[in-house]
Amino acid sequence: MHETGAAPPDGRRERTQERPVLAADNVVQRFGGIAAVDGVSLSIGRGEIVGLIGPNGAGKTTMFNLLAGAMSPTAGRVLIGGEAVEASPAHRRITLGLGRTFQIPKPFPNMSLVENVMLGRQNQAGERILPNWIMPGRVAREEKETYDKAMALLDFVTLTHLARQPAKVLSGGQRKLLELARVLMADPSIILLDEPAAGVNPSLLEVIIDRIVEINRRGTTFLIIEHNMDMIARLCSHVFVMATGKLLCEGTPEAVAADPRVIEAYLGGGHLL
Amino acid sequence: MNLQFLVDGLLTGSIIGLGAIGVTLTYSILRFSNFAHGEFISWGAYATLFTSGILGWAMGGAVPAIGPFSFGWTLLVAAVFAMALTGLLALGLDYVLFRHLRRRANAITAVMASFGASMALRSLLEFFFTSSPTYFSKKLQIAKQLGLGIRATPDQMVLIGLTAALVLSIHLLLTRTQTGRSMRAVSENPDLARVAGIDVARIVNITWMIGGALACAAGIMVGLLVQIRPYMGFDLLLPLFAAAILGGIGSVPGALIGGLIVGLAEAVAVQTVGAEWRAAIAFLLLIVVLIVRPSGLFGVRS
Repeated sequence: MHETGAAPPDGRRERTQERPVLAADNVVQRFGGIAAVDGVSLSIGRGEIVGLIGPNGAGKTTMFNLLAGAMSPTAGRVLIGGEAVEASPAHRRITLGLGRTFQIPKPFPNMSLVENVMLGRQNQAGERILPNWIMPGRVAREEKETYDKAMALLDFVTLTHLARQPAKVLSGGQRKLLELARVLMADPSIILLDEPAAGVNPSLLEVIIDRIVEINRRGTTFLIIEHNMDMIARLCSHVFVMATGKLLCEGTPEAVAADPRVIEAYLGGGHLL
Repeated sequence: MNLQFLVDGLLTGSIIGLGAIGVTLTYSILRFSNFAHGEFISWGAYATLFTSGILGWAMGGAVPAIGPFSFGWTLLVAAVFAMALTGLLALGLDYVLFRHLRRRANAITAVMASFGASMALRSLLEFFFTSSPTYFSKKLQIAKQLGLGIRATPDQMVLIGLTAALVLSIHLLLTRTQTGRSMRAVSENPDLARVAGIDVARIVNITWMIGGALACAAGIMVGLLVQIRPYMGFDLLLPLFAAAILGGIGSVPGALIGGLIVGLAEAVAVQTVGAEWRAAIAFLLLIVVLIVRPSGLFGVRS
């Protein structure tokens, strides 16, 4: 933040604190008597790449699901671009500009890659039933646009050569790229990535990191859950650390990695960086 | 052997195919067998009869038939209206019954509930319209010779064309539009579709509307070609499921082709081994196909 010395690695940027793209205010999620997320507040500014780390069982994935709309919090508020969405379903949050990927990406296996990406498009006339019959010209035009955009995104994630194949042929890393393309189809203002590096071979991981930097350069904000601290340090300007459902601390990757509370939370797990 | 079975088989097959598309869509997207689907066929036919009756009355008596056909323009208007109405009936049934069961009960409960709904809907028709058969039109049609010993009435020919147009438009909807892609996505994985940003509730509604509207079209065909009675849809239920399973659950072209195979097999059976064996032949065929290819002709799941 203030330690502007050498240029930050890769795409790291200064932290912005103007109107947050995504914010959580005192969010609580209880499962029975256990609070998996216990009063977490965080805020992510436009154009940032922010990390969310913590030991297993810290509540990161639950927090992610609360932000993305896979579940609604027991208490607290979630805001996308200032609009309260904690009670809104996932598809509503996507139309507000939030996209997410999964730790284990699940494409629609029997649909082709290009169809998988086209599904990410929001607010088409062809999405409602009547326009398909009463204005087929407009639907066909949109369909062409959607197709062209999906092909361009497949090119962006280096999967063009497989566009016509069913998604079940892809490797784990390729599925992550496909999922990224589908999320980008909706032109999100913020993308939540759940362990983008997990189970991806190193050369494909470089492609993923490179694409994240490129998307961010065009103005898209990122929140990344990741265990790969090298990736976090290369990409994120700011990191939130969760432990036992609470926000433990936040700061630059270097600062949190040196924080004794963080080291203790990882059970003296030694070297984070 | 007389080639007339081709026309008869195509017609029966079209009726079964239109109904089977609804069955296959509901099965693949909502994951349960809706045994009330036959009732959408009967209700569609009666809704058309009722609406065209009102239109005819409003026009002050008998409306002349169009050209060589047995029906006038009031039936066409009524048909469009009744298709929408039957779609709404399917939607309404989902709203008051199946929606709750999907959330809180297992698939068997929903199937049993659909049996109950089937009986209730059928009894309502008997209550309002009595169980005696009725007709859209009493006008007699003379079949035309088409060569090779095949004869067909103008009604029969236009109905085969209508089926082709309906099936083509559904096929285009499923393959060339965002609605169709979303429907296929929900059928592959509803949970994933939800998180991928698809409004699953709306896709479910669209599925019911399409299934109901196509069932209504099938009912109108039965009404024009045979007769209208409260049991007309229920009697078609087994062939509908046979066609959907034969074609491969979830496949729209499969449902139509399954319907045509069942229809043609029945027509051949009537000519060769006797009318009382028609259902048996159709099911024999189904068993053979399922032994050779358990996922059906166009099924994707292994």
